[in-house]
Amino acid sequence: MNETSLAIRKFSDLANPTRFLALAARVLPWLAVLTVVCFAIGLWLSFTTEGDYQQGETVRIMYVHVPSAWLSMMCYTVMAISALGTLVWRHPLADVSAKAAAPIGASFTFLALVTGSLWGKPMWGTWWVWDARLTSVFVLFLMYLGVIALNRAMEDPARSARVSAVLVLVGFVNIPIIKFSVDWWNTLHQPASVFRLDGPTIDPEFLWPLMAMAIAFTLLFFSLHVAAMRNEIWRRRVTSLRRQAARNAGRETLAP
Amino acid sequence: MIALFFRDLKLAVRAGGGAMLGVLFFMTVVAVIPFGVGPDLNLLARIGPAILWIGALLASLLGLDRLFQAEREDGSLDLLLMQETPLLLTVFVKCTAHWSATGLPLVVASPFLGLFMNMNELAIGATMATLLAGTPAITFIGAVGAAVAVALPRGGLLVSILVLPLAVPVLIFGISAVYAAIEDPAPFLPPFMILMAITLFFAVIGPVAAAAALRHSAD
Repeated sequence: MNETSLAIRKFSDLANPTRFLALAARVLPWLAVLTVVCFAIGLWLSFTTEGDYQQGETVRIMYVHVPSAWLSMMCYTVMAISALGTLVWRHPLADVSAKAAAPIGASFTFLALVTGSLWGKPMWGTWWVWDARLTSVFVLFLMYLGVIALNRAMEDPARSARVSAVLVLVGFVNIPIIKFSVDWWNTLHQPASVFRLDGPTIDPEFLWPLMAMAIAFTLLFFSLHVAAMRNEIWRRRVTSLRRQAARNAGRETLAP
Repeated sequence: MIALFFRDLKLAVRAGGGAMLGVLFFMTVVAVIPFGVGPDLNLLARIGPAILWIGALLASLLGLDRLFQAEREDGSLDLLLMQETPLLLTVFVKCTAHWSATGLPLVVASPFLGLFMNMNELAIGATMATLLAGTPAITFIGAVGAAVAVALPRGGLLVSILVLPLAVPVLIFGISAVYAAIEDPAPFLPPFMILMAITLFFAVIGPVAAAAALRHSAD
């Protein structure tokens, strides 16, 4: 057996929610511990390294702001991939994944907006400017809320999943716009300084805590996501059990 | 397909259609603005194009939830779904019919409202041109929202919430093209070209996504 077909078989094995729950139960504690450790390292690094000579202590806001902004985009990408999984492969866990990711992504986007605005006040002298990066991230936040609203508006989870998958895929147009908005337009927000073709232009003094926090945030996202998916599966099971119980209860009173 | 186009157009224009309601709403929104910002003619002339664009955006959102809802209620949506012609084409034709019934009147009405806003001829012409190029994009984006929300009992508000974020680029480039035309140094053509590119882009993406959403919400 070659490697790709093994990977595909492993992946479709997960289509069984019970297998996924078993895997989640095994992986989740490790993920959580790893997240806590990474956060400890990241926070220690970000509070012990020196402040910027111009920005002073406020530069530490970056260690929360930048990872949550990255995560807000990555979460939407995860949702878009899950949407593809729902529409193309009809993977039963894909819609659970997309539905579970939406509130987490909305929280990260909100965190990025709030910390950015807290950082903008001392640095730019204003809480908010309508420049390209800020506006497109705000639009991303609105789209997260729209997807959540749509998910909650329909009762049947299978149908709402497929319909909102279409919406998520259409909204994916926004992600490249956010990524390249600082390059395409002249904005107040600074251009990319970490992931560049010619290497990061940011000083290693700031790069290390930033990277540690980015890893910690990514792990946090994955542990939250797995936990949320597990909860969603349980919620669906409880709903179907309740429906069954209600049906049986009606039958017993009718036929004594 | 041509028959479908004229059928939709007639349904929209005749009694109970509500195509003219959009224009009325557009006029009302524009008329309310001077009460809000004060009757300063210079200020109105400066923000006029933006007001016309926002009014047109809101007005074209207004009728979107009816794009597929009426068909669903009388059952003809199922017939459209079962037709041999690709659903993609059907959705595209329905969008163009919807735009001719609701978007085109907005474009025609905009010069007169521009006069109210004390805009000069150049600004009125630029606004009209950008509206003509940009409002189809809003309809095509809206088709996705309408198709997504077609099965919901009260989808109207949800359609607006879903569609507005996606329509932001249209608004940005439409208004920047108008201001580029008014203010000398900036060239008019680049933002206008981008606006047309957005319209063409969504003319493809919109019907594809709307057709997929309709198929999935039908069963």
